[in-house]
Amino acid sequence: MSNVTSNPDVPEGVSLPIYMDNHATSPMDPRVLEAMLPYFSVKFGNAASRNHSFGWEAEQGVEQAREQIARLIGATAKEIIFTSGATESNNLAIKGIAEMYRERGNHIITQVTEHKAVLDTCKRLEKYGYRVTYLPVKADGLIDLDDLRRAIDDKTILVTIMSANNEIGVIQPVAEIGNICHEKGVIFHTDAVQAVGKIPVDVQAMNIDVLSLTAHKIYGPKGVGALYVRRRNPRVQIAAQIDGGGHERGMRSGTLNVPGIVGLGKACAIAQEEMATEAVRLRAMRDHLRARLEAELDYVEVNGSWEHRLPGNLNMSFIYVEGESLLMGINDVAVSSGSACTSATLEPSYVLKALGLGDDVAHSSIRFGLGRFNTMAECDYVADKVIGIVKKLRELSPLYEMVKEGIDLSKIEWAAH
Amino acid sequence: MAYSDKVVDHYNNPRNVGTLDKSSGEVGTGLVGAPECGDVMRLQIRVNPETQVIEEAKFKTFGCGSAIASSSLATEWVKGKTVAEALEIKNTDIVKELALPPVKIHCSVLAEDAIRAAIGDWKKKNGVAEAEAVATH
Repeated sequence: MSNVTSNPDVPEGVSLPIYMDNHATSPMDPRVLEAMLPYFSVKFGNAASRNHSFGWEAEQGVEQAREQIARLIGATAKEIIFTSGATESNNLAIKGIAEMYRERGNHIITQVTEHKAVLDTCKRLEKYGYRVTYLPVKADGLIDLDDLRRAIDDKTILVTIMSANNEIGVIQPVAEIGNICHEKGVIFHTDAVQAVGKIPVDVQAMNIDVLSLTAHKIYGPKGVGALYVRRRNPRVQIAAQIDGGGHERGMRSGTLNVPGIVGLGKACAIAQEEMATEAVRLRAMRDHLRARLEAELDYVEVNGSWEHRLPGNLNMSFIYVEGESLLMGINDVAVSSGSACTSATLEPSYVLKALGLGDDVAHSSIRFGLGRFNTMAECDYVADKVIGIVKKLRELSPLYEMVKEGIDLSKIEWAAH
Repeated sequence: MAYSDKVVDHYNNPRNVGTLDKSSGEVGTGLVGAPECGDVMRLQIRVNPETQVIEEAKFKTFGCGSAIASSSLATEWVKGKTVAEALEIKNTDIVKELALPPVKIHCSVLAEDAIRAAIGDWKKKNGVAEAEAVATH
């Protein structure tokens, strides 16, 4: 890639490029890597080998991880099923429940800002005769609990609502949703990929029946995730989607990814220890970044609820500046945009559109995802860069000029192309 | 996405950024694209009424790096050309010069549209100006 801008002076405490896209994935914590390493070499056994020490050693690593994960979310070790990641966990949960409870009903409730791993799975089930209700979200990104209550009928078998959104970081009222589902006797699954390890998640207190999580969003390795499946009050059954050796209580066959699982366990253990202090630190950095951007730029908007938001998330639109051009100007900072130009589909973010934002605002959005290894000095560097580039691009923006002249852009007849 | 060096150069050092007086009879303004599509280009030309040569060109663009580069390049290319010559600039020339990938071809199309719109405005304006002059006398 060509070097877009040179950086003659890089301040203390900043090493370039800066990674600030922790909702996409996170760097591995060195402590996680250290825990994993023996399982690539000397402890290479198959956790399903029951007859020798190699197998026992691997199994021990797996069972410790199961404990660590369970502890972080208030579950028991037996309720943790290992998968290849959250996409598989979501598929297994939704398809497995749909199949298992087909006799009871065919109605599933989800909401519009879910990850595609949930939405596309639901769409596929619609082809197979299931009925899916996609709840809308309010302008702040939260669902309306009354909408949920009204949507549940006697054919509803599953409610699947994410804990926290990957783009806008908005946290859904999970405990309230869990209560409603338990009152109505409907299974509640939550995609908690962005929430686990970042904010407190307790499957008992929140009445969560099934929960998806993944390692690589919490400073663990890619390619390993888990599904929590409740064993009592009520006992949830899931039809396997991958058949084979009957691993994971028959719910997910396949030789276990032992190093990955050990890494996921370690990542959960670290999160449990450090989550509270880390959240305070992330929130302080995130708030500082927002304050600086708002102090020096006009026409900026935070997308989604500020109150119900992950500590490390800042999603902002820099109106009258297109997102990809902004990213191009800060190419030593890794963030992402809801602009169509940055997406594979050439459509602007469906999450932002679901909040009722215009496409033009979605095109102008940037997601800053702060994580464990970001520093305050980096936030200042990023703020300086973004402020500089936004000002430069607005000098170039006909829209900004027109608005400054008092022209109402909505009154112009734009030629769509 | 990797950008070509030429796109990066136009992005870092856009040529002919600015605004011409759109009420002037010598100035044609083309405003193309739409905010909801993620790109809007405004290209303006000032035409010598005697020679029909485009003596000045300015642009402002809301859009991705390739859109900025396409319009910046368009201003460079139209300058010094007659109106008739400028109309011969094709989006494919822009694609080639900037090495735009397929997903960015629409940026070049928009730049060609902007040139045509600016020239169209200038032509219309001069027609309109004459008609008004007749009407008031």
